[in-house]
Amino acid sequence: MLSQRIIETLVGIFLLAAILALITLAFKVSGLTTFFKQEGYNITASFDDIGQLKVRGSVKIGGVTVGEVTKIAIDPSTYKAVVTLRINSTVKDIPVDSSASILTAGLLGDNYIAITPMYSKDFLKDNDEIEETHSAMILEKLIGQFLFSIGHSNDKNSDTAEKGAKQ
Amino acid sequence: MKNLIEINKLTFKRNNRAIFNNVDLFIPKGKVTAIMGPSGTGKTTLLRLIGGQLAPANGSIKVAGQEVPTLSRNGLYNLRKRMGMLFQTGGLFTHLSVFENVAFPLREHTQLSNAMIRSLVLMKLEMVGLRGARDLMPSELSGGMARRVALARAIALDPELIMYDEPFSGQDPISMGVLVKLIRSLNDALGLTTVIVSHDVQETLSIADYVYVISDGGVIGEGDGGAITQGQSPQLQQFLHGLPDGPVPFHYPANTLKNDLLAEGDA
Amino acid sequence: MINQVEALGRLGIDVIRKYGKAGILLYGAIFRVPNFRKGFALVVQQIFAEGVLSLLIIMVSALFIGMVVALQGYHTLSKFGASQQLGPLVALSVARELGPVVTALLFAGRAGSALAAEIGLMKATDQLSSMEMMAVDPLQRVIAPRFWGGFISMPLLTIIFNIVAIYGAYLVGVKWLGMDAGAFWSNMQSSVEFHADILNGIYKSVVFGVVVTWIALYQGYDAVPTSAGIANATTRTVVYSSLAVLGLDFVLTAMMIGEW
Repeated sequence: MLSQRIIETLVGIFLLAAILALITLAFKVSGLTTFFKQEGYNITASFDDIGQLKVRGSVKIGGVTVGEVTKIAIDPSTYKAVVTLRINSTVKDIPVDSSASILTAGLLGDNYIAITPMYSKDFLKDNDEIEETHSAMILEKLIGQFLFSIGHSNDKNSDTAEKGAKQ
Repeated sequence: MKNLIEINKLTFKRNNRAIFNNVDLFIPKGKVTAIMGPSGTGKTTLLRLIGGQLAPANGSIKVAGQEVPTLSRNGLYNLRKRMGMLFQTGGLFTHLSVFENVAFPLREHTQLSNAMIRSLVLMKLEMVGLRGARDLMPSELSGGMARRVALARAIALDPELIMYDEPFSGQDPISMGVLVKLIRSLNDALGLTTVIVSHDVQETLSIADYVYVISDGGVIGEGDGGAITQGQSPQLQQFLHGLPDGPVPFHYPANTLKNDLLAEGDA
Repeated sequence: MINQVEALGRLGIDVIRKYGKAGILLYGAIFRVPNFRKGFALVVQQIFAEGVLSLLIIMVSALFIGMVVALQGYHTLSKFGASQQLGPLVALSVARELGPVVTALLFAGRAGSALAAEIGLMKATDQLSSMEMMAVDPLQRVIAPRFWGGFISMPLLTIIFNIVAIYGAYLVGVKWLGMDAGAFWSNMQSSVEFHADILNGIYKSVVFGVVVTWIALYQGYDAVPTSAGIANATTRTVVYSSLAVLGLDFVLTAMMIGEW
């Protein structure tokens, strides 16, 4: 029979371990960041079509995650999707003429936003907008375009098919 | 002489079989009263009825002037603090040491300091002669020692009434002698009222001031030790002398042997 | 014919009576909590007996389950070229289903059967009766702390199961199969939601904790006070609580997916 003191200590350790595990689950596994806003700044970008992009999707430069999507809204006058990105404060110098595109990780993966930096000496600041955007590639649309182009270009049939395959 | 327990016209049924039928029983204060009878006559049931663990179908059970079956939960619990009961197996808490077992009722019902509880427990253990065994676990005790520890626990709160359920069954002669002496001396030293339920005739008669013999749902004999042994009822004689056949038949009720043997076809 | 109808009716009444008894037991366990200072120590002892002592089996099982899910998942996902999604696959299946359900099943086998046996034994050796005769309510002194111990232990065990299982998957996916650690975690983070996935799993485990502890306590308290009766009670505890956990899991999942 263990003494009450040892039992209490062990139960205390058990409780602490569970709390630590819960915190790990919250931040490492589910990426819960709403409690503690990470240091960073917001930029926005408007897209014609965001595909399957979701809030908390990642923002990457050269494949490295530098931030996340914090808000997706529709601009009622232009019917474009306005996406707010939060960029980590460690990544300060993104040129203003950079472009943002929505890409897919692998065939079945999530959508994410890739920022391609350009050469301007001016850098994006809090609440700036990225002008140059490329919408998500929608598989159905691509196939539709492909079939359409086959039907309407009898002379360059084989050429177009090759192009489509390359895409 | 005042009675601590008064039972009037008690009827108790289990599965439509009457265990007690219109029984009257009086337990005098400060005396050792024994309730004897063959196995299965509901002696233990009687103790549970007195303790309020079972409710009778009919009749009244008064303990210290309070009507047990109609008491509220709180009333019953307050009354039980004035009773001690020793179960056949002792009922010691297997996960607590001897010391903690005896300390249990004190810790539950009093706000005494640890030092005070320690002195009280050691005194109670001294009374049953097991002060030296205080650090043992119940699994390390012999049957007789376990009963003595349970006895120390039952008297921890200084009750007015103590009830023993078969205290002698399954004991060797030495432990039996120890228990007989203890029951008598505790009764006299602490001014307790004692109720013993038992079917061990000699030991029980040797310490009881007054004896009831119950069988078949009713009292078949009562009186002090001498009066009981003089009793003429054949049932009483069979029980006291352990005769194999008599009013309580040797055979369980059945068809005649001849009929049973001839009817081999329809099993 | 009349006899059979009568037997059926009697069976029905018996079943209803058993539920009634179990309900009274639960009521007593929840509302007759002893005074705080004493009760706290008793509950801590029970968290130790039910939670800490179950920890080893929970952690070992979690590690292996996480590893095996990762191994199976990796091979299936790589057929579709989606092996990068291993993190979300493991995290979601563990947090939503495997964590609460497997923990509850192991808990029923480890702590539940022990509870039923302990209480059945206390009943068979007159410990509960002597407690009653000492004016101590066994529901308050014995049942209530065990109930709260199970209620508290189960979600904690589930959380620990989740984290160990995910770590097991990390070992297999990243250390053994050579996935990129960054991709493993970041894909997981972007598809696992704290509320919908992790918290809902923990809510499930709270329900399982109540149900498994309740069944174990009732079976022990209602056991026939003989050796065979106690053996029966422990078997029934494991069987009934496993069935209850799996059935309730379906109901709870349906409720959660139905945006309840």
